[in-house]
Amino acid sequence: MLLAKPAASVYQVEASRGDGEGQGGDIVIVASGKSHRRHGEDKGREMATVDNAVPPGEDPAPFHEAVDDPRRRDFINIAAVAWAGVGGAIVVLPLINQMSPSADVLALSTTEVDLSKIEAGQGIVTSFRKQPLFVRHLTPKEITEADAVPLGELRDPQTLAQRTKPGKENWLITLGVCTHLGCIPLGIHEGENRGQFGGYFCPCHGSQYDTAARIRKGPAPKNLAVPPYTFSSDTTVTVG
Amino acid sequence: MIRWISGFIGAGIVAVLAWSLLWSVVGVVTDPPAPTAEHYVHAHHPLLSAELPSEGLFGKYDVRQLQRGFQVYKEVCAACHSIRLVSFRDLKQLGYDDGQVKALATGWQIEQPSINPDTGEVATRKNLPSDHFPLVFANDVAARAANNNAVPPDLSLMTKARHEGPDYVYSLVGHGYVTQPADLLTKFPDAKTPNGLHYNQYFANLNIAMPPPLTQDGQVQYLDGTKPTVDQMAKDVAAFLTWTAEPNLDTRHGAGFAVLGFLLVFCFLAYGAYQNVWRNMKH
Amino acid sequence: MSFPWAKHYEPKFALTKWVDERLPLPRLVYSAVGAGYPVPRNLNYFWNFGVLAGAALAAQIVTGIVLAMHYAANGGVAFDSVEHIMRDVNAGWFLRYAHANGASMFFIVVYIHIFRGLYYGSYKAPREMVWLLGVVIFLLMMATAFMGYVLPWGQMSFWGAQVITGFFSAIPIVGDTIRVWLLGGYAPDDAALNRFFSLHYLLPFVIAAVIVLHIWALHIPGSNNPTGVDVKGEQDTVPFHPYYTAKDGFGLGVFLVLFAFLIFFAPNYLGHPDNYIPANPLATPAHIVPEWYFWPFYAILRAFTSDFILPAKLWGVLAMFGSIVLLFFLPWLDSSPVRSTNYRPLYRIFFWVLVADVLVLGYCGGSPAEPAYVIISQIAAAYYFAHFLVILPIVSRMERPRPLPNSITEAVLAKHGGTSPAESAVSGSVLAAE
Repeated sequence: MLLAKPAASVYQVEASRGDGEGQGGDIVIVASGKSHRRHGEDKGREMATVDNAVPPGEDPAPFHEAVDDPRRRDFINIAAVAWAGVGGAIVVLPLINQMSPSADVLALSTTEVDLSKIEAGQGIVTSFRKQPLFVRHLTPKEITEADAVPLGELRDPQTLAQRTKPGKENWLITLGVCTHLGCIPLGIHEGENRGQFGGYFCPCHGSQYDTAARIRKGPAPKNLAVPPYTFSSDTTVTVG
Repeated sequence: MIRWISGFIGAGIVAVLAWSLLWSVVGVVTDPPAPTAEHYVHAHHPLLSAELPSEGLFGKYDVRQLQRGFQVYKEVCAACHSIRLVSFRDLKQLGYDDGQVKALATGWQIEQPSINPDTGEVATRKNLPSDHFPLVFANDVAARAANNNAVPPDLSLMTKARHEGPDYVYSLVGHGYVTQPADLLTKFPDAKTPNGLHYNQYFANLNIAMPPPLTQDGQVQYLDGTKPTVDQMAKDVAAFLTWTAEPNLDTRHGAGFAVLGFLLVFCFLAYGAYQNVWRNMKH
Repeated sequence: MSFPWAKHYEPKFALTKWVDERLPLPRLVYSAVGAGYPVPRNLNYFWNFGVLAGAALAAQIVTGIVLAMHYAANGGVAFDSVEHIMRDVNAGWFLRYAHANGASMFFIVVYIHIFRGLYYGSYKAPREMVWLLGVVIFLLMMATAFMGYVLPWGQMSFWGAQVITGFFSAIPIVGDTIRVWLLGGYAPDDAALNRFFSLHYLLPFVIAAVIVLHIWALHIPGSNNPTGVDVKGEQDTVPFHPYYTAKDGFGLGVFLVLFAFLIFFAPNYLGHPDNYIPANPLATPAHIVPEWYFWPFYAILRAFTSDFILPAKLWGVLAMFGSIVLLFFLPWLDSSPVRSTNYRPLYRIFFWVLVADVLVLGYCGGSPAEPAYVIISQIAAAYYFAHFLVILPIVSRMERPRPLPNSITEAVLAKHGGTSPAESAVSGSVLAAE
């Protein structure tokens, strides 16, 4: 019966309830303060009174008890929650982005290499973006070997010319990171195992690269990566 | 019972404090705190305002002023003071392009410590844009030896490491070096500036080891035509050091307005939702 | 939990039902901070601060975890790693300012939360355990905040570590040994920095666990309310959700506006400039002060200047710890049966004197150790202890409380100009019981 009436009537009901409770109230206040043991004992009695006062099934003032259009009323609730959701999503962005490389790491992205002291047949390892960089001065024999391989035999078909700069085919500059799972292949230093193709040999899982650092055998899927670089002079290379 | 114990403890603590208070008062009466020359001078010479455009809620750096300030730093301060937390690449924020930054880095008077690639011996190399500004002195001992037993502090964070830092820098280098007033010496005979130090009315203990850095108008020739008075140079270098300490200020203020706007809308919506939910419930 | 009219979780979908039968976690949340927790309907805005404290802790944990991804706890590089965060890490300045100011926001919120508990008698039976756990949380927060402040390894970090660990050297006989053990050396250095970092990362999770206990203990008797009168029936309460989630949402918005203002427009206002100078074991700053939230306690520490049987230093340290430890005894020091200070005219005066007293202590604690400030802090510290140990027990016995409303609902309706039943009958019986 009450539920059907306008909301104002609910207050009247509550007010009358407050009135009717006057005698029960003083017992509880005494209990709440001075004696905690009595508090517990009284509780049941007190609750019983109240439970009796509230007709079964009656909800004092449920929030959805809207008399006018509930959808329009709830729009503001939805808007507030949606706005908070957008805010939460925005705040996540810096928390994710802080893990991207920081400005100092990005600034380290170029490396200069002096080629003047590398003899044919030798190579050096330097570092580019904290990764090993192989700089190898190929001999004419190694260049011929590399050019002699038919492209159809290659897993990742590329010619030596595509992997070097025009007129500087004797300078093979690659990352020293095996394309399988990231170990450093052997073969840049003299005396190391260069594998059966005379290039690089990765000891971790047996990938073998030829003299153009192309994958020839073993699990690696790709040739050793060639980073972007330019010759700033005949004997200086800027990588990155 | 607990009230008796607590009352006893409370009375005890109050008694101990009263004892301390008694002796504090006796101390003040028998040996009143003497005013010091620092207090006296600082009370009469509050910091001057550098009037930087970066101050206040809407503060924003003036890039031309930062460039002028960098020029003052480079030509005057950099002889003794490092800005080791700043990188050459950061100068791009002052409006220099990649080429200019690279030229500035390579041309910087002090080189980066390095090793000789052939022998491994200690050496230096030219600065790269990715490098931090090099230290002027390798360590404090070297700094003391070269500077009459004083260490020129790093300036990267100077404006955040002092109360009202920008105003402090401006006041100290622009207007702090005055002749020690005669009446100060009559009031505080011990306040005479020792030999080798310089009287500066804005320095914490009034006697600074740094000789006046900005001595005359025109000490730096500004490229943008601004008149290089001592006051102007002091303002500009204060602005530059504000930037070195807080390079993200422009971003921070910009983001701040966006965030506050967003949150105020949220408050408005949340208040509406709160009222809506409670509309049938008196509380 | 203890109210028979509390709603119970009823999973609507097959999946939620399946989960509920196997791990009733949604049920737990529903009964703890959902529609299943009946809350007095008359809570004022001061009751927002518990949720806000939780939000502040969450913000600190999130920003702290990401900062730890960039911070290096080594005396040689700690300072520079913080500056690296400020300059080079993406949004690093935001994360670090949010964490540094988040600590201040956490303390602001918790101090208001504590004083709300003091004013409305939330520490009294049957909520003593809630209060005791709250004091434990406060102590853990102080330890966490202190160790966090050491991490940037600036001058205030270093000298703060030196001074705070110096407290332990006040202990007779074993004090110096304990201090050296705490620091892992004779002065703060790498060893201390690393253990502080480790503990600074650990303690927030301990705090979170104690907060769970704090809320658990709260849900046994249910929330207190501004009248301090017990909940009598269903008409006195509303479900936590949506009523108080909506109200807390608004409170959170206001909190975030203040927080954002600090981060973006006054990030160093509450900090100390000296902490932008790298730690230097050979030079003490002219004026050492802890962070603002420790100032009242620092003032108490410095108020003891003369030996009295025990050395002044030991008195200072004992009193400083005592000023917090006494809070553990508060539920038994205040024997008044009336919870809310609204109905305690005499105690109300002393309450506001205490608030002013703590503010004065804070002001003195942040000021240099000059005689005027020392004398004021001696008087203010004396009041602080007298308030809790002498005045409160006496006042609670002799004061005559104002009449209490019969019920929460009655108080609410009286406020709104509705029918207001006579209150005098109730107060009579309270005094009779006294």
